[in-house]
Amino acid sequence: MKPKLSLRGIRKRFDDHEVCKGIDLDVAEGEMVCLIGASGSGKSTLLRCMNLLEPIDDGTIWLDGRDISEPGLDPQPVRQEIGIVFQSYNLFPHMTAAENVMLAPRRVRGLSREDLRPRVAQLFSRFGLSDRMEHYPDQLSGGQQQRVAIIRALAMDPQIMLFDEITSALDPELVGEVLDVLRDLRQQGMTMVLATHEMGFARELADKVCFLDAGRILEQGPPEELFASPQEARTKAFLARVL
Amino acid sequence: MDETSVQNRPAKRSAAAPTRREVYEAGVRRRSNRIALISTISVVLAIVVLVPLSPGWDAVQRAFFNGRVFVATFPGLLDAFLLNVMIFAWSAPLIAITGLAIALCRDTRAPALFPLRLFGIAYTDIFRGLPVVLVIYIIGFGVPGLGLPRPWNSPYIWGTLALVLVYSAYVAEVIRSGIDSIHQSQRSAAVSLGLSDQDTMRFVVLPQAIRNVVPANMNLFIALQKDVALLSFIGPVEIFRQAGVYKSLYANFTPYVGAALIFLALTVPATRYADYLMNKQNRARR
Repeated sequence: MKPKLSLRGIRKRFDDHEVCKGIDLDVAEGEMVCLIGASGSGKSTLLRCMNLLEPIDDGTIWLDGRDISEPGLDPQPVRQEIGIVFQSYNLFPHMTAAENVMLAPRRVRGLSREDLRPRVAQLFSRFGLSDRMEHYPDQLSGGQQQRVAIIRALAMDPQIMLFDEITSALDPELVGEVLDVLRDLRQQGMTMVLATHEMGFARELADKVCFLDAGRILEQGPPEELFASPQEARTKAFLARVL
Repeated sequence: MDETSVQNRPAKRSAAAPTRREVYEAGVRRRSNRIALISTISVVLAIVVLVPLSPGWDAVQRAFFNGRVFVATFPGLLDAFLLNVMIFAWSAPLIAITGLAIALCRDTRAPALFPLRLFGIAYTDIFRGLPVVLVIYIIGFGVPGLGLPRPWNSPYIWGTLALVLVYSAYVAEVIRSGIDSIHQSQRSAAVSLGLSDQDTMRFVVLPQAIRNVVPANMNLFIALQKDVALLSFIGPVEIFRQAGVYKSLYANFTPYVGAALIFLALTVPATRYADYLMNKQNRARR
């Protein structure tokens, strides 16, 4: 099967520090891929490269067989296809939750608030936030803010969702409600790539787990294989520390 | 739930019987209040008693604090102050709009707009580098000197232009600092949704930036209210000029003191309010 998203030889450097040192990765339609690895191993940068928030220095990215990494290509249409959710939520603090969600569909797709209302209300109720639509971000808990951020990305109807350690800034008791959202999306067949420290979650739901170390994918495979019998010494050492 | 009950415990107890610590702190507070009061009273007393003892006091009192002259000139000064308020009222929005435009010029990234960026930099550098009164002289005397027909030779127009030019340069710099203060992650979030750079600026960055710099801009507008008096040098009979007229008429400086009081009546509350906003913002940021 042809992969939905395909990366070959991705390289990215910040000044003297090369963060991605030639990464290959395939993500099939409806698949959930988890990137694991220590902080600074290049997980976040790789995600940001995928929806063109960071221009890559070398390599190619295909979305549905189309080269989206061509220099000079307008990144805006691509970003509408690939949503991203950040560790620190990054909601717009001067807008209500509903306004946060409606801004991009209004400006980019030219829809009116009236057009959007029913669908936005449905998204909020699907993730248990019906009574929080008119709240401002600072009136919401971390878990609620993160769910609004997910709704905001979903409102653009992306084909792929990227999640950059979205539970790392949350209090432990709030992690569950956000992971439930991911479970829900997984059931709907959303194609997803996660950078995560939630090993239990990765083991339970991922189709593929990739272990990143110093800018390379050192090892990848189905979770039961990678967690049960890692081949590389570094993978073993990492898993021994986090499990 | 547990955490909040722990936090509430000391407050509940103080309602019943103060703790050792609370008794001690109340004592310290009383003592500092007493010292502050005594020291303020002694300084005020010293000024009130010592200044009139100086040899020239009688002359100064007659020249600057003459009750009869004050009563006679104060209503006229208030009338003239209306002109200050009017000049301020039409200058302020023009300054806000021009300042915002210049700030956006300086923030352009597209190569085709580089001339705009260059213009923004040159503009802020030049007009922040000149004394206000100099710009008022050059424009206020220079442009009407071209022999323009009425109403285009009016000092109101060119004086206002001078104020707008100088103050919008400062406002532009303040707004630009506000734009810089918005964290990169907000832009990331906006463009990751497919928003264009212009929409990101207009809907995400600018509303937050402008809110952040409201107190700083209020201070600029308070300064503007005072600098409106500089227009008197090119003609308009506003309060400073009117006070000068009364001074010559009565051969007495009291009208200047009256004018000062009128300025303070407006600028002190405004300054207090700006400080209040600034403090509120600092607390919110913590």
